[in-house]
Amino acid sequence: MGLTLADAIASPEIADRECQWTLNFGPQHPATHTTLRLILNLDGEVILKATPDIGFLHSGFEKLGEHLDFNQYVTIVDRMNYVSPVANEIAWHHSVETLLDIELTPRCKMIRVIFGELMRIHDHLLACGAAALDLGAFTAFLYAFNQRELINDINEWASGQRFHPSYTRVGGLQRDVDDAWINRVRSFLKGFLPAHADICRLLNRNRIFIDRCRGIGVLTREEAINRSVTGPVARASGVVRDLRKNRPYLAYDAIDFNVVCAQEGDCLARYLVRMEEMLESHKIISWAIEHLPGGPVNSDVEERMVLPNQLSVYRSIEGLIHHFELNMSNRKWKPPVEEVYASTESPNGELGFYIVSNGGPEAWRARTRPPSFIHFALFPHLAEGHTVSDVAAILGSLNIIAAELDR
Amino acid sequence: MTTTQTPPVIPATHEPLLAVARSVAGEDGVTVSVFRDNVRFHVVPGKVLAVLKNLRSECGLDMLIDLSAADYLNYPGAANRYGIWYVLESVSSGLRVIVKTWANDPEPRLDSIFDVWRGADWMEREVFDMFGVVFDGHPDLRRILMPDEFVAHPMRKDYPLRGEGERHNFLALSREQS
Repeated sequence: MGLTLADAIASPEIADRECQWTLNFGPQHPATHTTLRLILNLDGEVILKATPDIGFLHSGFEKLGEHLDFNQYVTIVDRMNYVSPVANEIAWHHSVETLLDIELTPRCKMIRVIFGELMRIHDHLLACGAAALDLGAFTAFLYAFNQRELINDINEWASGQRFHPSYTRVGGLQRDVDDAWINRVRSFLKGFLPAHADICRLLNRNRIFIDRCRGIGVLTREEAINRSVTGPVARASGVVRDLRKNRPYLAYDAIDFNVVCAQEGDCLARYLVRMEEMLESHKIISWAIEHLPGGPVNSDVEERMVLPNQLSVYRSIEGLIHHFELNMSNRKWKPPVEEVYASTESPNGELGFYIVSNGGPEAWRARTRPPSFIHFALFPHLAEGHTVSDVAAILGSLNIIAAELDR
Repeated sequence: MTTTQTPPVIPATHEPLLAVARSVAGEDGVTVSVFRDNVRFHVVPGKVLAVLKNLRSECGLDMLIDLSAADYLNYPGAANRYGIWYVLESVSSGLRVIVKTWANDPEPRLDSIFDVWRGADWMEREVFDMFGVVFDGHPDLRRILMPDEFVAHPMRKDYPLRGEGERHNFLALSREQS
């Protein structure tokens, strides 16, 4: 938070320029989608200096993470990047499972892969659709949201909730998926390719869209690395880095897919990388759904890390005791007094959690490495020298989710 | 913060990194701990900037993945109050190392690594905002998530989760004043 309008105008490096004026962009503006504020110092229409002012949505998620246990906090993690909720859950429990040293079952790994990739499509559809919407291409946005609706249905079928599924648990999942869910995923996969082709036809040769994206907000490879940029934004600048390949987690080392990269580093490259990544995700899900292993979704119940299923709680004393042990506030997990950083490739970039544990069932510190926060720090670097109308293009291409930005 | 007696087994890939870190900070300046796949170098606060600079220039650890902190007030076995970590990675080889250092009350201070990685800009501002650790040499160290008028550092362990709130600290504007 910070710079007032008066401060910005009085800023020495631009005070002596004539014709300069200051524009307050946000916090409520259609192109910011959520609440973030930009103070733009302009010369005519050209941005001389951009100062982001964030924190409007700060709600102390990380503080809450120190007071909720490993399973409870998943409901908060959901609400960080609410555009791809299950990807956050996977990242959170990936860190917790690294701390507790839990090995997942093959079925759980594969279901998490399918959800992770569904969320990548979910997120990229919003990013591309909204980027197009901000530049005046309304139809592509509607086509994208039509497909997102189907993924919400898939979430609902698996977990009971559409938007914030809270589907993963320590060492497993809330519940197993059924055949009807598998059929839903299959029918989504079938309908997705024509919809994706429609969006491509609407945008890829759209003169207005391309003219407003090409050469705008260029990020070089060196700057991307220097500024800690990850995910599709980095890959659009030629940084070949994808945690699914570099540090394989879940079942990604068994799956064949390509890492999509581009060299240009402009808004168009970021759009194209996201569109292409959706096809790779489609390929992964198509393979995974046909190779879904059988067996349990929860890892070894004997170790008392994973909640037992309802049947064993009601019908056996072991199950009941076990359920009691994991739910009473003075029992639960006993992790080592240690700390661990583990990360996953979320749709927006590297999403990691640094967990410090004092041996109790809650984290001592649950630090999120939020990709949106790090990408929004780029904004002045990308926007300066461009015009006001390019702000919408750059914001859209970075896909800033304010809930994750401010946490 | 481990109290293990046996020296940790350092993966062979991290030996050259440790040699570089020790050449800058001295044998006593760096201790190593390993947990799961995390390799951590605990570096004395005065040397951390030099160590990070050299790890970047000589070992190819070109990306700062994460920079954050934790408050170890009343943490079991903790000697220092604030722990600050830097997660570094090499983009080409995927090699990852965590550099940890510490700071203490009443004036927690560290050197800023703004000049080494521009990515540290907002991350250091967040640590300053949430924990009150001051980074010397940061050109624009302002609060980032909390409002400017805020006086406390809310991620500290002595800041409560629930309470009266901070409303009394904010100026109330009347209709005439606005």
